[in-house]
Amino acid sequence: MTIELINQKLAEFIVTKILAQPKRILRTDEALITGGVIDSFSLIDLALFVEDNFGVRIADSELNSSTFDSLDQLSALIVSRQAK
Amino acid sequence: MPTFSSVLIEHCQQTPHRVTVTIQKSGEPDYDITYAELLERAAEYSAAYLRAGIKSGDVLILILQHGRELIYAYWGAILCGAIPSLMPFLTEKLSPERYRADLTALFEHSQPAGVVTYPEFQQLLRETLEKNKREDVRVFVTDNIPVEGGGESFAGLQRAEEDIALLQHSSGSTGLQKGVALSHRAIFNHLDSYAESIRLTPEDVIISWLPLYHDMGLIACFLMPILRGVRVVLMSPFEWVRAPYRMLQSISKYKGTLTWVPNFSYNFCAQKIRDRDLEDVSLASWRVSVSTSEPVRFESHKIFYERFKSFGLRWETLQTSYGMAENVFAASQNDLDKTPYVENIDRESYVTEKVARPAFDDRPSISMMSCGRPIRGTSFRVVDESGADLPERSVGEFAIKSNCMLTEYYNRPDLTAKAFLSEGWYLTGDYGYLFNGEVFVAGRKKDILIIGGKNVYPQDLESLACEVEGVHPGRTVAFGLFDEQQGTEEVVIVAEMDSDDPARQEIIADEIRKYVTKNSAIAVRRVHVVGPKWILKTTSGKIARSANKEKYIAEFAAGD
Repeated sequence: MTIELINQKLAEFIVTKILAQPKRILRTDEALITGGVIDSFSLIDLALFVEDNFGVRIADSELNSSTFDSLDQLSALIVSRQAK
Repeated sequence: MPTFSSVLIEHCQQTPHRVTVTIQKSGEPDYDITYAELLERAAEYSAAYLRAGIKSGDVLILILQHGRELIYAYWGAILCGAIPSLMPFLTEKLSPERYRADLTALFEHSQPAGVVTYPEFQQLLRETLEKNKREDVRVFVTDNIPVEGGGESFAGLQRAEEDIALLQHSSGSTGLQKGVALSHRAIFNHLDSYAESIRLTPEDVIISWLPLYHDMGLIACFLMPILRGVRVVLMSPFEWVRAPYRMLQSISKYKGTLTWVPNFSYNFCAQKIRDRDLEDVSLASWRVSVSTSEPVRFESHKIFYERFKSFGLRWETLQTSYGMAENVFAASQNDLDKTPYVENIDRESYVTEKVARPAFDDRPSISMMSCGRPIRGTSFRVVDESGADLPERSVGEFAIKSNCMLTEYYNRPDLTAKAFLSEGWYLTGDYGYLFNGEVFVAGRKKDILIIGGKNVYPQDLESLACEVEGVHPGRTVAFGLFDEQQGTEEVVIVAEMDSDDPARQEIIADEIRKYVTKNSAIAVRRVHVVGPKWILKTTSGKIARSANKEKYIAEFAAGD
């Protein structure tokens, strides 16, 4: 799966399920955690979505902005783990 | 006469090697703190405070992350006779400017003699103090507390029973202006009756992920275990929210018996924990889980029980309580021999007559769950607007009187005077009714939102939304809507702008979401930007929150 497609799937999940604003456009470099887009209560939903859809596990200790903050960083992390 | 210091020293003399706190941190082995270690390390802090000139009765603010140092620093303050007050630390989503403004509000009202913090936060703290011309406030940094020099004599032992032991603040800039000051006597009285209600014994093990800057975490899961010789296993709320299964694993590992949680956590755990994280987990030791600090919901109890009963969770473990920091912590507690009493009341009588009549004739009803009976030493009344008593089943404001009441709102005689009716009856600001001696909480008089157990003031959110460019000054309203799936309230903000263009409104809505989230304790999803003259005001020009909430539900939320 390409980075673009992963970004697209992640963005769709975030705007529909987490933000409940389906029309919201997420930039792929937008700060999701430090920018306050994703609430700490929803980080676990994002981790479970990544696991179920991309077969990659993100540990709970990695659910912070030093591991990823934007869609681009998250999809890069997914791709690098898929390659292993 | 006991004080916090004398009780700690006594435990240390009698059972120095007993573990009282176990600290859990992700990626690190669990760390056990015995009474001997607690006293030794707290004494180092106490000595450092004394050397810097902190005196008995001074306020010390602690801004510390979850961990050992927080525990030593807190008890160090107690040992030197100072009054500790915990403040949440800066999180990655919060704007440093806003946090600084909150700190300024806190300094203004609690007039601290010192602040204890962690190395990374030192700079922001010093800048804030400088800006406020408060260079007289001493700064203590956890990596700079000398390890020698804990003395044998502690000024904390000279504190009188009626002296203030600690301050508690609720979150948000409005909450920071009001420190609940509690005396040693009030806290000991409270622990005596509350420990009896929950039948606390030294064999109990408390498991907690709660922050220590709220009464539920501070009193039930930190001070009570240490003062009563009980072990508590503490994990950080930041780690729990990312891995809620950890609490269940800890119950299993340490044979945990007691927990305190806000209602939403039942829905959260049931929805987000996977079986693979519960391998070999047994919840059989768990005797009481007390739901408190936000409205209790029978539905949430059912969801949680159904999800975890196969791991040994018992239905009777799920209990309820109602309380407030002003009464130290709990005011009522359900009788552990019974499960909380649930009844359906007639919706129309409740809304129009303010009477909780049992449901009849299949008419629409509301399910109410009891928060138990008043704890020993605390009495309840239900009063109307004029302060007159209302009969059983009538809905009014709870007034309570107890032997564990706050001394005052610190340095705020104006607020203290307003909080009490005559003869020491404290007006809780909560609405509800009594039936058969049981306490049923129905809502709040004060406009406080409780979001996931956090108190949030709508006026704070409204003024934040007004700071966003494009929003019509003074024309924003914030209120809570109950979210059944999450088991808690969700914040709604409606803001007016001088344009009916939906595209522009959407852009401003997004700006408000980001701005309010970065500048408050919560994350906001539901923001509605509307055109001119949407928001309803009262005749005196105030924002009418409940009228606007009704209007919002009718226009936007129907069918959600």
